Amino acid sequence: MWIGGYLVVSALIFSIGAAGVLVRRNPLVILLCLELMLNGANLALVAFARMWGGASGQIFALIVMVVAACEVTVGLGLIVAIHRRRLPIDVDELRELQG
Amino acid sequence: MSATTSAWLVLLCPLVGSVVIALGFRRFPGRASGWLGTAVITLSFAFAVVTLVKLLGYGPAHRQFVSTLWKYDFTAGVDAKVQILVDPLSVFMILAVSGVSALIHLYSVAYMTSDRGYTRYFSYLNFFVFSMLLLVLAGNFIILIVGWAFVGFASYVLISFWYRRRTATRAGIKAFVINVVGDVGLVLATFVLFQHTHSVDYLKVFHAAHHVFGHNSPALVVACLLLGVAAFAKSAQIPLHTWLPDAMEGPTPVSALIHAATMVTAGVYLIARMHPLFDQAPTAGDVTAIGGCLTLLIAATIALVMVDIKRVIAYSTMSQIGYMIMGVSVGAYSAGMFHLMTHAFFKALLFMAAGSLISAMAGSQSLDRMGGFRKAMPFTFVCFLVGGLALTGLPPFSGWLSKDDILAFLDHRGGGFIALGIAGYVGAFMTALYTFRMIFRAFFGEPVREARSLEEGHLAHADVPTNPATGEEEDTDVGFPGPEHHIAERDMPMKVAMAALAVLALIGGVLQIPGVDRSIERFLEPTFADSVLSREVPSTSTDWVGLAIGAAIAILGIAIAYRIWFAAPDTAPNLRRRFAPIYTLFVNKWYFDELIDLLIVRPTLMLGRLGDSVLERIVVARGVTGGTESAVRAGSAAVRRSQTGFLRYYAAGMVLFLAAVTLYFLVSST
Amino acid sequence: MVVLRNPFYSVLALVFHLISLAALFLLLRAEFVAAAQVIVYAGAVMVLYVFVVAYVGGGTEPLTTGGRTLKILSPLFAIAVAAELCIALLGTALNGVSGKGAHFVLGFGTPRNIGRLFLTTYLFAFEIASILLLVSAVGAVVLARRRRGLEPEIEIERRVHIPRPAFTGTMAEAAGTRHPEPGLPELPSAGEAELEPTGAAAGPEGGGQEPSGPPYQGGW
Repeated sequence: MWIGGYLVVSALIFSIGAAGVLVRRNPLVILLCLELMLNGANLALVAFARMWGGASGQIFALIVMVVAACEVTVGLGLIVAIHRRRLPIDVDELRELQG
Repeated sequence: MSATTSAWLVLLCPLVGSVVIALGFRRFPGRASGWLGTAVITLSFAFAVVTLVKLLGYGPAHRQFVSTLWKYDFTAGVDAKVQILVDPLSVFMILAVSGVSALIHLYSVAYMTSDRGYTRYFSYLNFFVFSMLLLVLAGNFIILIVGWAFVGFASYVLISFWYRRRTATRAGIKAFVINVVGDVGLVLATFVLFQHTHSVDYLKVFHAAHHVFGHNSPALVVACLLLGVAAFAKSAQIPLHTWLPDAMEGPTPVSALIHAATMVTAGVYLIARMHPLFDQAPTAGDVTAIGGCLTLLIAATIALVMVDIKRVIAYSTMSQIGYMIMGVSVGAYSAGMFHLMTHAFFKALLFMAAGSLISAMAGSQSLDRMGGFRKAMPFTFVCFLVGGLALTGLPPFSGWLSKDDILAFLDHRGGGFIALGIAGYVGAFMTALYTFRMIFRAFFGEPVREARSLEEGHLAHADVPTNPATGEEEDTDVGFPGPEHHIAERDMPMKVAMAALAVLALIGGVLQIPGVDRSIERFLEPTFADSVLSREVPSTSTDWVGLAIGAAIAILGIAIAYRIWFAAPDTAPNLRRRFAPIYTLFVNKWYFDELIDLLIVRPTLMLGRLGDSVLERIVVARGVTGGTESAVRAGSAAVRRSQTGFLRYYAAGMVLFLAAVTLYFLVSST
Repeated sequence: MVVLRNPFYSVLALVFHLISLAALFLLLRAEFVAAAQVIVYAGAVMVLYVFVVAYVGGGTEPLTTGGRTLKILSPLFAIAVAAELCIALLGTALNGVSGKGAHFVLGFGTPRNIGRLFLTTYLFAFEIASILLLVSAVGAVVLARRRRGLEPEIEIERRVHIPRPAFTGTMAEAAGTRHPEPGLPELPSAGEAELEPTGAAAGPEGGGQEPSGPPYQGGW
């Protein structure tokens, strides 16, 4: 079982997620891509856990999943609030922090 | 009460007076501040007398006391103490200063009535007396410098007393700036002396001077020349003299006190006090003597042609101080100090009488417009005459004995000093000329309109007060002279003061009659005992020969003045026409003002303008501060451009840096 | 998922991806993680996403407007990161480890093993994770609640034009340089709510600025 494969896949997933964050303008999709990146990291973690025998990697991966869930919750709440205020759902338009 | 305690009290009284008058500025009714100021100075004079008495209680060798009020600090080897030196010279000076000041205060009580700045005047005048006494009583160089500076300041505020007059404020500034040159000289001299003797205390420096400096050593000569600069600036000797005639813008009592009797004599006092140093560096003494001699002659020539009566007296002061400086520079210490005292008497008297005369002329000071006041103002005439005769040096007035004392000493010393002595006699001749020119023109001849109205009992009054120099119209509110004019015949305080001075001018000479008594010389002997030159006492016969020559010259001068200005009145215009170029030179005051303007004032102004336009505006405002400011702004603008507010750019930045860091680690691990 | 236009499609693509990843976890013998992935991630989180996408909408977005530089550069950045990682992994990192993998520990990925670890060695992390979940739940409720009665739902950009004299309420009036002219300006026709940005009465002074921009455009 060559671990390199899993790690390469994890790197690819991470990069694709990063590209998605940079390219897309809809905050929902950006959050999705963020999830993608987290998943890539999860894969790497579990792969290493398998390689070294200890189960800490899996624990870590589970915790990451928990954190991702929380983050999605809050992020989606934000998007709902933005939508309620009738502001455009577009990260390029939401630039009050400019200057 | 010891001598030093009473000396401190001498200092304290005018200071307290000045402060109290200043604090109660609006509360004093009428002339109260004037009487308070006068009383305070009189008290100071009383304490000075007490000091004298106490001092005389000691044997001649022991009459030197140093009293320290407190030690201020001891840093870098400089022992700064508030310290006075009570010895015959300083007691002599405080007696002269406080005595004459008291009389001038008395005079001012009446003269300055109706001036809106009356209280301010007396506060300033008291402060001046305090500073002068401090200067004279100083026991170390630091207090001397403090007193010197204060006196310069007091002179400034008193010259520009009528501060709304442009000419007065300009004159005040001129006096102050030239005095600052003297201050610089004094401070530099202190530095040089301190550098070699490591002390600022008088006695220590004088004692060390013999060991540390060789005869005519360059350092000491430099120090003494710098002291000479200080003395020349304060005493209005050439070339630092241009401020004194302009200083006549101040009220007449101020001219009497500061610019005749006291402040301008500070230079003479300085050289006399520093005589141990000048003894060791005779070159410097020679330079100052020559300076005094030149001043003597040049000032006398200018006084011959001046039209403003106060300026004539001012140049006369300059000339007489030239005598004194000449005297103390060559070793005639007691003679010089004696002349200082008698000069204070008769010059103050002359100024007071001139003030009375100017008041009668409703503020005009021009001799061209005066004439025939003899019948209208008899008292003033007598006082003026007494002062004039004393100045001229006619026996038995005090001026005769004192001036010729100096000249006799010069002759006695022989060598090159005889030339100085002859110059002194020439100056005496010119003194007689210009003094009696004044007297004959002002008091003799046809009475002018003002004189005639005064004979009938009406004091002349100008409808619109004007500036006597430029003729500009003024008012009589604060900052300008008051509406009333006071003459001696009508105001008692003025009469009393002038009478006292007239008596002193007449009989003051008895203190030092050659062959009879030498009280001043003996009194001052302890101070000057360490000087080799003081032992050279001219023989009595030499003295009397000198006195006789002096008297003869004086009478000759009076006679010629009589001829020119009284007997044949066209002589003066004829002479003026015959000697037109010389006359022009004298009237333009030997072009000193123009020379200083060209050499110093204009380059400095140009430098200032250059500094403003280039240094200030371009380098500092636009370059340094503007440059820093725009650099910061540019930096901030550059940084601000990264805060676009676009989320994706921030994320892109993060990814980019992640890539860069990973690349770095990749590369560095190979 | 990244390049799909419709966010719905993206969500679905992600769900598919998550299930694939669960399969990979199974291949790695991490059963519990795989199960958790499917149930929690794909089951709960993605459902939440679907709900929100349905609520918010977010139609097809035009990818072309704005950020053209970034559209070109970001794939490059991503490729750069991927390339570097791959080089790192394949080139050097794996030389340090044997490719064979560790000896398989019995019960590697079982729930029993995971549970034991959670409740003994990693108890602190466990508790913190639960607190974190609580906090995020509270936060989501706070963020998304409908604030009834506190603020009327008025758009920031629309204000009803209340007739006032010119320059009232402006800084110029406060500083005293201009005074409001007496009398009201002409009222607009009834029923019409004019949409004006605030400070319209100070029009001549503010006319140079873009109306819809933020209050300050940069600069001092």
